[in-house]
Amino acid sequence: MAQSRGDRAVEWMIYAALVLVSVVVLYPVFFVGIASISNPENVMRGEVWLWPKNISLVGYERLFANSELMKGYGNTLLYTVAGTMLNLVMTIAAAYPLSRPDFSGRTIFTILIVFTMFFSGGMIPTYLLIKDLGMLDTFWVMIIPSALSVWNMLIMKTFFQNSIPKEIQEAAFMDGCSNMKVLTRIVLPLSGPVLAVMVLFYAVGHWNSYFNALIYLSDRDKYPLQLFLREILVQGQMQEMVDISDDSLARSMMDAEAIKYAAVIITNLPMLILYPFLQKYFIKGVMIGAVKG
Amino acid sequence: MKQTTSVNEQARGSRVSGSRAKKHRFHSFRRNWDLYLLFSPVIIYFVVFHYVPMYGVQIAFKDFIANKGITGSPWVGFKHFERFFDSFYFWRIMKNTLGIGLYELIVGFPIPILLALMIHEIRSGKFRRFVQTVTYMPHFLSTVVMVGMIMMFLSPVSGLINLAITALGGETISFMTEPGWFKSIFVWSGVWQTMGWSSIIYLAALAGVDPQLHDAAKVDGATRLERIWHVNIPGIAPTMVLLLILNVGSIMGVGFEKVFLMQNALNMEASDVIATNVYRSGILGAQYSYSAAVGLFNSVINFILLLTVNRIARKVSSSSLW
Repeated sequence: MAQSRGDRAVEWMIYAALVLVSVVVLYPVFFVGIASISNPENVMRGEVWLWPKNISLVGYERLFANSELMKGYGNTLLYTVAGTMLNLVMTIAAAYPLSRPDFSGRTIFTILIVFTMFFSGGMIPTYLLIKDLGMLDTFWVMIIPSALSVWNMLIMKTFFQNSIPKEIQEAAFMDGCSNMKVLTRIVLPLSGPVLAVMVLFYAVGHWNSYFNALIYLSDRDKYPLQLFLREILVQGQMQEMVDISDDSLARSMMDAEAIKYAAVIITNLPMLILYPFLQKYFIKGVMIGAVKG
Repeated sequence: MKQTTSVNEQARGSRVSGSRAKKHRFHSFRRNWDLYLLFSPVIIYFVVFHYVPMYGVQIAFKDFIANKGITGSPWVGFKHFERFFDSFYFWRIMKNTLGIGLYELIVGFPIPILLALMIHEIRSGKFRRFVQTVTYMPHFLSTVVMVGMIMMFLSPVSGLINLAITALGGETISFMTEPGWFKSIFVWSGVWQTMGWSSIIYLAALAGVDPQLHDAAKVDGATRLERIWHVNIPGIAPTMVLLLILNVGSIMGVGFEKVFLMQNALNMEASDVIATNVYRSGILGAQYSYSAAVGLFNSVINFILLLTVNRIARKVSSSSLW
């Protein structure tokens, strides 16, 4: 069907608007990228716009020379791996029984679990609990209080209900399989996509979180990357990294900016590299959730 | 939630007839004991980390004394609530919390819908995928990085925005220390970060709109804009209502993480919200009872808001959360 002139105008406007939106979203990230590998002096003078100028890696050098930050990177890696594994086990342990129609009590359990999404004791009672449990300043506080996300659990439950044929499970029961065997031999092997989504959602969550660490950790040796990043990016504390020599004030200020740009890139590097490949899984996850409504 | 119950009923019907439900329940427990075993850590987790804090919230009505514990501390009624309502900060905090929430609702609710409607109109697969990839990406930046980037770009000394302003002959603006700028920076950077991701749910809804409706509208001579307006928007209306409920319900729930990072002594007047106030007086100041009362006040309001909006939605339209 031929398009009328008005329709074509609308189409062009939509294209133009979306190009504009894409540029607005992409440019800041792109800028941080080129600024991080340019000479800080040129960046300061506003000479870096579209292309890096006088390639310099001073920001990265300073970052890698900082042992605390590297330690934070390691800590975050540990929290992310351990936390995600626990998340996965807990989410399956919650979602599978709740997905089974013959699991009696599942309605009340679901209500009690979903209720926690809308009402909580709040920051202070939770803090006192963590304190009473003796979990302050421990490795565990970074993974156990966030062992399960209700939202993710609902996504997985929906997947189990809608995407695993009931007939297969019933047939397995006929053949004398136990619940556990059905879960591990039939349901989980068929759940590849949703498991991938869960790993990604949880891992990104751990990688990016700073709240629990801020509240419950005071030992710098246990700090995750995001807390050090906060010191660098938000509080501008990086004396150790900048004041290493008799550099002038202007010079150290410029280095400080370079360190910030490099820090953003380093933190997001795993994500920026993996993102284009993983994108379809992320969207799949949201879609599964969206079907549920 | 509606679907949950209907699926539940259907499924139960397929396995047992209703009359033997009670006997069945016992059987189910015996046959599915291993499911309960699997589920038990989940129960423990929710009891310990979600319901114990709800029980602990009673310290809001007590004078918490550490060595007497939560249960042993003496009751004081609404003392802490009264102190909060009478405090100098009360109106400031309420104004900021509500102000940010409303601003976020007004800007943050329609933009993802608009974006989804536009993306849906794009037929070229490559361009569509490009726009989606780009706009979803900021969702994965951490709050720390996000705020760090805001501060870099808005810095009065080296920020790109101020460099542009001075290049155009304007005066440098110190955005982060100017209370008047706080809410706009907070809300619009949030739009930048989340509009793409929030549009996914609408795109899913749009994919479900019956193409026959479009064909019929075309036959009737509807223009493209008319089809968007009369076919697509009604098609995603239920989704819009659901998200509106959730958005309105969280109007007083301005999160801690981003505000806290963007806050400084100079913009406090515009940036102090309930959550940051609880953190300051509770975690830093160790006034546990007082800050628990402030937090509880906030949770209760949020919950009431959500219930109210949900009820209104159920009355005026067919979609609601439950």
